[in-house]
Amino acid sequence: MHNFLFGIYPYIALSVLLIGSIARYERDPFTWKSSSSQLLRRKQLVIGSVLFHVGVLVIFFGHLVGLLTPIWVFDAIGISHGAKQLLAVIAGGIAGIMALIGGGMLLQRRLNDPRIRQTSSFADIAILVLLIAQLLLGVGTIFVSLQHLDGHEMTKFMSWAQGIFTFQSDAADHIADVALLFKLHLFLGLTIFLVFPFTRLVHMLSVPLRYFTRPGYQIVRSRRNGPAE
Amino acid sequence: MKVRAQIGMVLNLDKCIGCHTCSVTCKNVWTSRDGVEYAWFNNVETKPGTGYPTDWENQARWNGGWERTRSGKLQPKQGGKWRILANIFANPDLPEIDDYYEPFDFDYDHLKSAPEMKAFPTARPRSKITGERIEKIEKGPNWEEILGGEFSKRSADYNFEGIQKEIYGEYENTFMMYLPRLCEHCLNPACVASCPSGAIYKREEDGIVLIDQEKCRGWRMCVSGCPYKKVYYNWSTGKSEKCTLCYPRIESGNPTVCSETCVGRIRYLGVMLYDADKIDQAAGAAETTDLYDAQLGVFLDPNDPAVIKAAQEQGIPQDWLKAAQESPIWKMAMDWKVAFPLHPEYRTLPMVWYIPPLSPIQNAAEAGAIGVDGAMPDVRNLRIPLKYLANMLTAGDEAPVATALERMLAMRAYMRAKTVDGVIDEGLATRVGLSGRMIEDMYKIMALADYEDRFVIPTTHREQVEEAYDLRGGCGFTDGNGCSTGVSKGSLFGGSKKPLKMPSEVM
Repeated sequence: MHNFLFGIYPYIALSVLLIGSIARYERDPFTWKSSSSQLLRRKQLVIGSVLFHVGVLVIFFGHLVGLLTPIWVFDAIGISHGAKQLLAVIAGGIAGIMALIGGGMLLQRRLNDPRIRQTSSFADIAILVLLIAQLLLGVGTIFVSLQHLDGHEMTKFMSWAQGIFTFQSDAADHIADVALLFKLHLFLGLTIFLVFPFTRLVHMLSVPLRYFTRPGYQIVRSRRNGPAE
Repeated sequence: MKVRAQIGMVLNLDKCIGCHTCSVTCKNVWTSRDGVEYAWFNNVETKPGTGYPTDWENQARWNGGWERTRSGKLQPKQGGKWRILANIFANPDLPEIDDYYEPFDFDYDHLKSAPEMKAFPTARPRSKITGERIEKIEKGPNWEEILGGEFSKRSADYNFEGIQKEIYGEYENTFMMYLPRLCEHCLNPACVASCPSGAIYKREEDGIVLIDQEKCRGWRMCVSGCPYKKVYYNWSTGKSEKCTLCYPRIESGNPTVCSETCVGRIRYLGVMLYDADKIDQAAGAAETTDLYDAQLGVFLDPNDPAVIKAAQEQGIPQDWLKAAQESPIWKMAMDWKVAFPLHPEYRTLPMVWYIPPLSPIQNAAEAGAIGVDGAMPDVRNLRIPLKYLANMLTAGDEAPVATALERMLAMRAYMRAKTVDGVIDEGLATRVGLSGRMIEDMYKIMALADYEDRFVIPTTHREQVEEAYDLRGGCGFTDGNGCSTGVSKGSLFGGSKKPLKMPSEVM
């Protein structure tokens, strides 16, 4: 079971994430959107949304860099595991609290504001609940981490994550003995990957970076200069 | 010189009777759907008033349009690219739906299903968003109809800038006009500039500004970017929508629905040629009062041989050139100078222009005593303050609006003399800088306003860019089942690749 959840399930979740997102983008681009509800109710959205998004982004990139940077890189640039652990606890803790406050405001608004409640789909509410549960678990793991600040525990997760991405069949063994809270956090995280293409989360793949590179501000489209010419 | 063609519109406010037929027919065709019940691609406002959405003209509040920075560069008033992206999680300048109005319907069924009662049954309102009862409707799409509401509220109207407005709250001095509004299909559109996804674009062939619904991600920066508040966020689909200038009709040479159904025959559609290379410079004019003239400078004379040659070289079709030469828009904006852009100070170079309305002489008792300048009343004594119209149409510069009103009065006087007295009074025409022939042409187009004089719309030349043969058997505008004419790329899942040409970006 352990091997299924942390050795095989990651591949299922990531495959669905990848193929599902491609399929949705290809087949139904009209549904690819942020689904903002700011027009219907501004109250609580401005602060809630900014706190939530900034917090989640910091956490996301923290996890990405923290988990997937090979361990020898940290050793090479002289960051001890203890220091990395401390950084993760502090930065992750602050961002986690921000995201939790913001997410709480957004969930409260989504459930209690009749305009937002009526126009929410099941997926809109469910994904917000999932994310907040994941944030709670994540912040909860800080208390476990505080008991072993040497960073040894953290390297287990790095080995696991890097093992998954390098297709090592024994990846799950690295985290066989970690606290249950971590396992729940990992499982829920993978589940969020799994449902990603079926929710509004896809909008994060559409970060409009091209806005910076497009020349000037204006866009004119022409049929005459089409690619098939 | 980069010659481009644009379908422009002029609305003759002097003839608008405020019947809202344009709004209703537009609504029925385009926005009678979930999520856009509150949206009116075309609406008619009673002025003076704060309009729809409330106070839309006040850019100190909404930050729509462009601003000229100290260094003379243009950037959206809501901020440059970094600033816009920094606000992507929550847009501080986005109106809430209550700034438009909460859409509602009535419990009509109750009228026939109510049990026998002493009181007559009524149909009470219900929100179209939540489905819940609305006890009191706070606002509607035309809340200030015929000067509805207190003057103290209506007088927040931005066009009262620089006017001692108190006296216009008095019954004797009150004035009123209608302002039908739609997307301006600007030459320098702020919505396009604000869209981080690049989903909004201006069409090269006819200047229509459209939103690519499949590329729109709902970042909603266009809604706040547009100073006319004519981009609407569909809360059901999560995409922005706007007036399409009825492009399927325009492409086949038909007027827009609002223009076709206008009972006052106030709307005109025609081609304007413009120089795309001059847009930046014109929109960046130092003084806001220069913007009207600057925009006139962007238009190209379709009778100028150099323009004709350049247009032909750059692929403007011959019938578009001919339409530009016969364009009622050109005549009203350039030849007679009676039409003006709405709020040029927003620097978007709008392409829906307005002929200011004449109004009765200020004070009937004094009419005999003052205000007659020769045979014609002085336009400064008209009931609608000249400054008010100038604030709306020329960023506050009264002179061009005064000239336009004088020309319209001269047209009336000239034609009255001709038809009643049988006298051709060329002097009337020359005094306002026109000739008798021009006035008669004005009369034909502005007063008689025959269908073919109002709408000079060439058809789109799709045949020059794609094979009509490939379009056969297509199933219209929808996609998703393989029969659409709207795809040119192959499908990941095996749909057939069609040799169609979709519009692509050019600069």
